[in-house]
Amino acid sequence: MKCVRVILTGVNRIMTVAACGALLFAVACGGSSGSSPTPAPTPTPTGSNVQAITVNAGPAGNYANGAFTSVTVCVPGTSICQTIDGVLVDTGSSGLRLLSPLTVSLPQQKASDGNPVVECFPFLTAYTWGPVQTADVEIAGEKASSTPIQVISLDFPTPTACADFGPSGETLPDLGANGILGVGSFPQDCGGACATTGPSNPELYYECPASGCVVAAEGLAQQVQNPVVLFSTDNNGVIIELPAVSGPETTLSGSLIFGIGTQSNNGLDGATVYSVDDYGNFITTYQKTAYNQSFIDSGSNGLYFLDSSTTGIPVCSDANYFYCPSATQNLSATNEGSTGSPSGTVSFSVANADDLFNDNPNANVFGQLAGPNSLIGFDWGLPFFYGRHVYTAIYGQSTPGGTGPYWAY
Amino acid sequence: MKERQIFQCPGGATKLVLQAAILSAAMLMFALPSFAGLGEDVSSVQADQAYMQGKLQVTLAQAYTVHEIQAPTGIVVREYVLTSGKVFAVAWQGPWPPDMRQILANYFGQYQQAAQMQVNSHPGRRPLVIEQPGLVVQSGGHMRSFAGRAYIPEMLPQGVSPEAIR
Repeated sequence: MKCVRVILTGVNRIMTVAACGALLFAVACGGSSGSSPTPAPTPTPTGSNVQAITVNAGPAGNYANGAFTSVTVCVPGTSICQTIDGVLVDTGSSGLRLLSPLTVSLPQQKASDGNPVVECFPFLTAYTWGPVQTADVEIAGEKASSTPIQVISLDFPTPTACADFGPSGETLPDLGANGILGVGSFPQDCGGACATTGPSNPELYYECPASGCVVAAEGLAQQVQNPVVLFSTDNNGVIIELPAVSGPETTLSGSLIFGIGTQSNNGLDGATVYSVDDYGNFITTYQKTAYNQSFIDSGSNGLYFLDSSTTGIPVCSDANYFYCPSATQNLSATNEGSTGSPSGTVSFSVANADDLFNDNPNANVFGQLAGPNSLIGFDWGLPFFYGRHVYTAIYGQSTPGGTGPYWAY
Repeated sequence: MKERQIFQCPGGATKLVLQAAILSAAMLMFALPSFAGLGEDVSSVQADQAYMQGKLQVTLAQAYTVHEIQAPTGIVVREYVLTSGKVFAVAWQGPWPPDMRQILANYFGQYQQAAQMQVNSHPGRRPLVIEQPGLVVQSGGHMRSFAGRAYIPEMLPQGVSPEAIR
């Protein structure tokens, strides 16, 4: 397939072919954060479970509160690889999605009848459309062999039903990232529903013969996978460690650590375990009202909660998706496991977003950036991770803190 | 191509054939009247129900009725209908978003344009808030858990808060 849309100005990608070993070693040794325990160095890169992450402007140069890292994809079973930087670390989704074009030519996943499998994946702000391809996904010293990933491209015409989700996320300006590394609570992006035929199928997966794309049932193992569950070890979850911030900063360095309680550097270490329900939510209580569709998500770029009429905090006149209080608000809420316990108080601050951006034009790290989230309750985005070690345990995976899914911090 | 079967609408003799996916993008412009939802007549709720292959339940409130469609996908769409018969608001919830073109009907273009502009003016992944003259859309959530609402502010019945739409 030829790519019909290859205009990606300003794309900053590190591309390597067959030089993955050396690069991986460099990446694996680059990660540490100021406030967290330095992970024990391992004798070989293959033993490493620590990946450096950086909060910065990202490859589009204008992202606020995005944690980026690099990911290497290889033709399965070969050393033909490409390393892509500027990939957003997202605990709110599962699966690796990369913007085309890739320099490496990955095998197309095919249905049993030989037709290519293509996915329409709805994110909140935009959907991603593109073929499911298979790659050995290498991050730090970990490797997920023959992993279905999504390559975001318009090589196949977007079906009407996909475009009907709304705005598309097909370009660097749309995504602000070269890809999304979904390391969230679930092993696959869709799950059982997409494996069914008939009206219960949510119509995310398609088969695309030359005659056009049709909705298809896709088995669990063939769906786009959270690469972590396919690692041979350290495969039950991830930890994100980022240092605390006192004010807006240009960059912030931290770590994405694979596994929970599988190595000396990823124990629960006294963190409180909050169970997560089958939909990926837990409970946040604010001013005596419990919101049971609340969640923690490194891929959300602020603290999003409730609305002006509930909080009394005005939104910005020029951007009604951010809060603009006249003075910084110091607030607290209580997080609870989806079963109602345990519970713990979270203190957080909401600054004036206009002031944050205008007074700090070069900053990309904003611990007090917040906005409304009218229907859901609390969306604890990346600022929640600053100064914490946040554990995301994967559904059905056993850990020293119990079986996933859960969040712990 | 995706094919829609022919559905019998409960309580009515109308048969609907929705073959939206078969239409080309250009043809779709002319197919808009077959969509239902926001701003449309109450009779269009049945088109949404058929499209979603869902169960319909109607409840009465003081100034409006709520037509709730439960789809086998787990997606629930509620359409808020004035006594005059117009859909003034829709709300949705489920593991995935609903077909936004279907439920926003003629407001879909406005929604899509506003959402795209917002993404490009402040890159970053966050809940969507669109507040324009004539259209409010709010949505939030994440993979496997989405919720949102859309309404026409000018059509909200007196004394009805947007909070009631959920």
